[in-house]
Amino acid sequence: MDKSINPGHSHRSSHVLEHTLHGISETLERALFAEEISAKPGLFQSLDARVKILTVLAFLLAVSFSKNLEIIAAIYLLALALALASSIPAGFFVKRVWLALPFFTGLIILPALFVTPGPVLLQVLPGLAITRTGAISSLFLLLRVSTSISLSLLLILTTPWNTVLSGLTVLRVPDVFILILGMTYRYIYLLLHTANDMFLSRKSRVVGWLDAGEDRRMLAAISGTLLAKSINMSSEVYLSMQSRGFRGSVVTLKPFKMQPRDWAWLAVFIGLAILAVVLGR
Amino acid sequence: MIELFTFKINKWLVAYYAALLVWLGTTAMHIPDGYLSPLTSLVMFLLVLPFWMIGVRKIRETMNARSVPLIALLAAFSFVIMMFNIPLPGGTSGHAIGATLAAIVLGPEVAVIAVSIALIIQAFFFGDGGILAIGANCFNMAVVVPYVGYAVYQAFSKGTPINSPRRLTGAALGGWLGVSTGAFLAGIEFGIQPLLFKAADGSPLYAPFPLSVSVPAMLIPHMLVASVVEGLLTALVVAYLQRSNSNILEGAAIPAQALRLRGLWVALAVLIVASPFGLLAPGTAWGEWSTGQLSAMGLQAIPTGMRQLSGLWGAPLSGYNLPVLGNTNLGYVISAVTGIVIVGLVVWLFTLLLTVRPGAQNQEHQR
Repeated sequence: MDKSINPGHSHRSSHVLEHTLHGISETLERALFAEEISAKPGLFQSLDARVKILTVLAFLLAVSFSKNLEIIAAIYLLALALALASSIPAGFFVKRVWLALPFFTGLIILPALFVTPGPVLLQVLPGLAITRTGAISSLFLLLRVSTSISLSLLLILTTPWNTVLSGLTVLRVPDVFILILGMTYRYIYLLLHTANDMFLSRKSRVVGWLDAGEDRRMLAAISGTLLAKSINMSSEVYLSMQSRGFRGSVVTLKPFKMQPRDWAWLAVFIGLAILAVVLGR
Repeated sequence: MIELFTFKINKWLVAYYAALLVWLGTTAMHIPDGYLSPLTSLVMFLLVLPFWMIGVRKIRETMNARSVPLIALLAAFSFVIMMFNIPLPGGTSGHAIGATLAAIVLGPEVAVIAVSIALIIQAFFFGDGGILAIGANCFNMAVVVPYVGYAVYQAFSKGTPINSPRRLTGAALGGWLGVSTGAFLAGIEFGIQPLLFKAADGSPLYAPFPLSVSVPAMLIPHMLVASVVEGLLTALVVAYLQRSNSNILEGAAIPAQALRLRGLWVALAVLIVASPFGLLAPGTAWGEWSTGQLSAMGLQAIPTGMRQLSGLWGAPLSGYNLPVLGNTNLGYVISAVTGIVIVGLVVWLFTLLLTVRPGAQNQEHQR
């Protein structure tokens, strides 16, 4: 979850600009990092994208269905093992999930420790006790969220985005939708760069601080311009698509072929996920 | 003893959420995987599905081949706009969804598709928001916000010139109400989890808070921050477009076509808003929550199967064990609204399935 807050600060132009610039560059960096890891040798990198998508979905469902904490923990360990086997730095994989988690899910479920009705587990203060049910449900939520994020990370980090897209056909996603997803992904970067340029050029012409009202007007102008640019650009893109023969129907190449090895791993992973669902009931 | 216990906790809880208020309000409503049960996730997908179908059909009818790059660019735009950090008067700042703006420019049907694609990309490629929770996130942010925001904007701007200040009021209120409604629904989705899904020992398996906590915890901070950000951004951008690029507001992006369903939508909105008031007046017939109250008082002797069944049956009403004032009324309003929305959508889905014309696709290829 992306969030940035600066309550209590006096509002200065640089804060807003820098927050947004920081967010934009972080997104670009994240994508670059994923590209880098997906090019490394490793178990998940060597598998067909469809195998990975089905595997991750199957385990996400197993995590979601499980009524057993040990099963969810086991799936987390499996995700960790798969990350290690796929050249993902273990420190990064663990930190990315567990450092961010307490700030959102942790803070949200903190009261649940105390307010969930049930037998008292630990009396913290008079009138304030951790209940057993509260502790268990907090653990469920924390483990479920962290394991699910880890599983998604596994897919994101080991698979170039265009292969994820072509792999989505296995979920019966229509070709038109995949084409639009792919174009969106590509133009997100273009628009991020455009927005980045607009912010930077504005920043370069600002001396001193702007008040919050000025900030808002500037953001609105940039947003409005970006919207107009997007619409204009879509006409240009349409013309260029037309010039290359696009008439509204989509034909995608499907260069991937499942190898026996892919089938074998798919069987292993799906088998494990089914086992997890059965044991976790 | 239990009365005393819960009373103390409630005060503590209020203090805790007061401290979290601003912080929570600035976060976008991206629900991660793990908060919602698989059943809820599935239901949310089913709720979104007809809106996706309507959006795709609308795009085919009005734009055909042109639509592919337009949708892609606008989805990319709504992704980028979600990253903008917008300062509020008073010193906080937050992120907008941009869904109201998309609805004003594109119409709500097409905005649903653009914002959904942005959310799907966030989930699949950036890990923001869960993959199984895509249905819920798309419903709360990509369906509810555009439709509610657009309805309000239309109500204010109908018959006014393009540079009318009334459009700004409509844009601001639409954005505010849209995101607030989305947050309210997210609160309900969280709040029904502990009623429906518990482990054998009574521990909630997913989001643990009852409706009486989850709805205000989602709604109040969003009403104060995130919704204000959305309303502010929408109004400011509309104002900018009025000055500099008014043809976008005139619907130049999409060929204008009367919304056939608009009347129905307004009627539905009025019904949804109005019906709970009728239910508030006679505060009788509260038999349902007695089972829930019994188990809260420590009576674990109810058979598990029966407890689960009663949880399923009296779901929206059974969680009001915490003696917060006005809870029972809130519960009634929530269950009424949820019921109306679900029934309405199911009926609508069926009519939609019956009226899908198989010829639409062929026409497109002939051009």
